Amino acid sequence: MNLLQMKQITKTYNANKVLDQVSLSIKEGEIHGLVGENGAGKSTLMNILFGMPVIHSTGGFEGEILINGEPFTPHSPKAAMDMGIGMVHQEFMLIPGFTVTENVKLNREKTKPSFLSRIFGRRLEQLDKRTMAEDTKIALDKLNMTIDEYARVAGLPVGHMQFIEIAREVDKDTLKLLILDEPTAVLTESESTQFLAVARRLADMGISILFISHRLDEIKQITDSITILRDGELVKTVDTNQIEIVDIARLMVGREIKIAREDHKDQKVAAEPILELKGFKVNMPGEKVRGIDLQVRKGEILGIGGLAGHGKLGIANGIMGLYEASGTIIKDNNELPLNNPRKALAASIAFLSEDRRGVGLLLDDSIGFNIVFSSLELQDKFTTHVGPIRLIDNDAVKEHAEKMIEALDIRCTSYRQKVRYLSGGNQQKVCVARALTLEPDLLLVSEPTRGIDIGAKKLVLDTLVNLNREFNMTIIITSSELGELRQIADRIAIIYNGQVSGILPYDASDEEFGLLMTGKKLGELNKAVN
Amino acid sequence: MKNIMAKIGLARLIIVLFLLFLLVMAVILEVPLPALFSNILVRFGMNAILVLAMVPAVQSGIGLNFNLPLGIICGLLGALVSIEFNFTGFTGLLVAMLVSLPLAIVSGYGYGHMLNRIKGQEMTVGTYVGFSIVSLMSIFWQILPFTSTALIWAYGGSGLRVTISLDAYLSHVLNDFLAFEIAGTVIPTGLLLFFAFTATLVWLFGKSKRGLAMQVAGSNEKFALANGINVDKERIMGTILSTVLAAVGIIVYSQAFGFLQLYTAPLYAAIPAVAAILIGGASLQRAKIIHVVIGTMLFQSLLVVALPIINIMAEGNLAEVVRAIVSNGIILYALTRTGGEAV
Ligand SMILES: Nc1ncnc2c1ncn2[C@@H]1O[C@H](COP(=O)(O)OP(=O)(O)OP(=O)(O)O)[C@@H](O)[C@H]1O
Ligand SMILES: [Mg+2]
Repeated sequence: MNLLQMKQITKTYNANKVLDQVSLSIKEGEIHGLVGENGAGKSTLMNILFGMPVIHSTGGFEGEILINGEPFTPHSPKAAMDMGIGMVHQEFMLIPGFTVTENVKLNREKTKPSFLSRIFGRRLEQLDKRTMAEDTKIALDKLNMTIDEYARVAGLPVGHMQFIEIAREVDKDTLKLLILDEPTAVLTESESTQFLAVARRLADMGISILFISHRLDEIKQITDSITILRDGELVKTVDTNQIEIVDIARLMVGREIKIAREDHKDQKVAAEPILELKGFKVNMPGEKVRGIDLQVRKGEILGIGGLAGHGKLGIANGIMGLYEASGTIIKDNNELPLNNPRKALAASIAFLSEDRRGVGLLLDDSIGFNIVFSSLELQDKFTTHVGPIRLIDNDAVKEHAEKMIEALDIRCTSYRQKVRYLSGGNQQKVCVARALTLEPDLLLVSEPTRGIDIGAKKLVLDTLVNLNREFNMTIIITSSELGELRQIADRIAIIYNGQVSGILPYDASDEEFGLLMTGKKLGELNKAVN
Repeated sequence: MKNIMAKIGLARLIIVLFLLFLLVMAVILEVPLPALFSNILVRFGMNAILVLAMVPAVQSGIGLNFNLPLGIICGLLGALVSIEFNFTGFTGLLVAMLVSLPLAIVSGYGYGHMLNRIKGQEMTVGTYVGFSIVSLMSIFWQILPFTSTALIWAYGGSGLRVTISLDAYLSHVLNDFLAFEIAGTVIPTGLLLFFAFTATLVWLFGKSKRGLAMQVAGSNEKFALANGINVDKERIMGTILSTVLAAVGIIVYSQAFGFLQLYTAPLYAAIPAVAAILIGGASLQRAKIIHVVIGTMLFQSLLVVALPIINIMAEGNLAEVVRAIVSNGIILYALTRTGGEAV
């Protein structure tokens, strides 16, 4: 018997059909994978099932949903929750100022009678903090996580936040179906492994899981069956053991995708450094850098890896002056003033932040404006003089934006569309386009492929390699995905506890990377290059 | 149909329908329509710049400027100086504006600095600052050394009058400039042109590099910082512009009204301006010129058309009550919407 059946689901946003007669069903205790390119409609399908307000404020949907054979109309998240459906959204929905327990228990607080409540009724009962904390601990234990239940969410590493979101769902005793929208996008590989084990365990406890991910190896590894979407249409539903990863990718994208390292023939790496860090420290919460000495050669692609919370993300943020830094930065033999974003940008350094929706985008502005703004502000491009003032040149914006949309395959209705309405992956591409528009000679990219599909991932990585080869642009790429670093970087620096624990060539062995990531020395294996 | 509804917005739709209803009533009650229309145009022109003052404030991220009285007082001072030195007509208008400009810039700068210390509570604090300044100025109006007999109390006392007639000075200079009549409706050409001119300046600024930086600072602080924009400076810029527009706005208002109103009068300027731009479709994060035009037009038409009808139908000061209900109601409604999105 199927726990959930979604039949012939169709959804339009402003006359733009994003789901067309999609059907999907899940059995009890099954892990079902949902894959598709950015903008294929995965999150939309899940938002429908979970009764998200955005669906109803945009005209609802067509089709039928059955739970245990009974028709069910999810008109609000509350209704879905009452049916035993839980959802962890693609974007975080935690309240930073609250503690872990408060977040897990939000809106479902346990209470005990108080003096006032005896007179005025249940709403005035006291919070039973002790029981709530205990429940939270039990939920976190189920996930094999040890996080202080009383810690505030604000300072925690993103990986932890993801587990807290899941704990919140697991804590509901009625949970029957858990929707996970790209839960592993923000996790490092080891965290993902732990996470996948947890998902398996939940499934064994009888909870069905709908799992969305762009990491196809995870999909292959953990799911029982898979639904593949392309451009809002159902391509295929198959049992996982009947299909190979390459075929999933091909069905998703509609063409052959090959992700492999290409030869580095025409690369010009100079001997002199373009950037040098000395005793560099950055005070970024959750990603502290505690004193780094590093040289980046002109023309190379340097990878920066390491586990979450060890400071790899702090480096680029510190260089750009976004978090308080100390020490010395030398760019092209000149000392770069610290904590001054404008000076860093003026020194021809561009930054693609890992915080896409915060630092990276103006959600309520058009794609075009997002793409050109940095260049307009810093380089006076895309402007025309009218008398003494500089006005934005809309024709130039349109022309450039359309070029970028095509080059990066940004799926949108026009360059005027608001960025808020793009799917997560396409938003990421807009950020990439903006950084590229600056034509910097040093490009810092953090987690550039987080949450983007495999076709787009290839596109972004290829673009980075091209920039490096054709324009001799130096690139520092920070990523939680070692595989991605090994695919395009020449050398990879591993950060442990805020310091460089070693630098390896891209073809070093997994064991060597593993040792450095856990802060051990390479010992006699020492093959480190400099 | 649903789409159109969503575009217009429920609140605006209700107001438009109510306005239509009032117009029908006006026809039935034989209220002379040309006079109504003339009145609407004048009220639009005299209020629109004060509403326009909200635009740079919202764009720079300080939200709706409830501290409009600050700029208004600068404008009043400019007008007082112009009268004190006996300037009349266009010269008087120009002198009033030129004198008020530096005052508005300096006070806007100071106020902007203050707002940077209390980020997130600009609107509440703005209201209080407005009250304080108006109270403080009530003392100053008594002791400022103006001497023109047009300005100070006639019976030997010292201090400025509560209302000062502009008849001999800059009354109606804009309203009457190139004014003409069609079908009984008087078109206050100069007044409308001046608003168009000011609005064009604000629009151009919004499309300029400086203006874009200010808007980006207002819409996403982190993004702005990462692009090397000094967010605090941009917010001060927005505050200054808003204050300057308020100063210019009250001078235009006063020349149409025919009087300068001192003491507590500036207190009551912010609420209608805020209400108008919200009716026009602005939100706490987003405000455009079109919102100013639509909002001022709707809001002022409502008041103008309601007045004679209510006077015919009911006794007493009901018109004032309607105005208060509409403006405060719409503000409350806007503020309760999640995140202050457009009404
Ligand atoms: N609120 C909205 N208004 C208008 N269009 C929207 C809205 N939300 C999503 N869309 C559009 O619907 C399509 C599907 O988006 P959806 O978020 O479901 O994609 P997705 O498969 O989850 O992609 P990703 O892997 O990038 O998260 C996209 O083309 C997107 O632009
Ligand atoms: Mg999605």
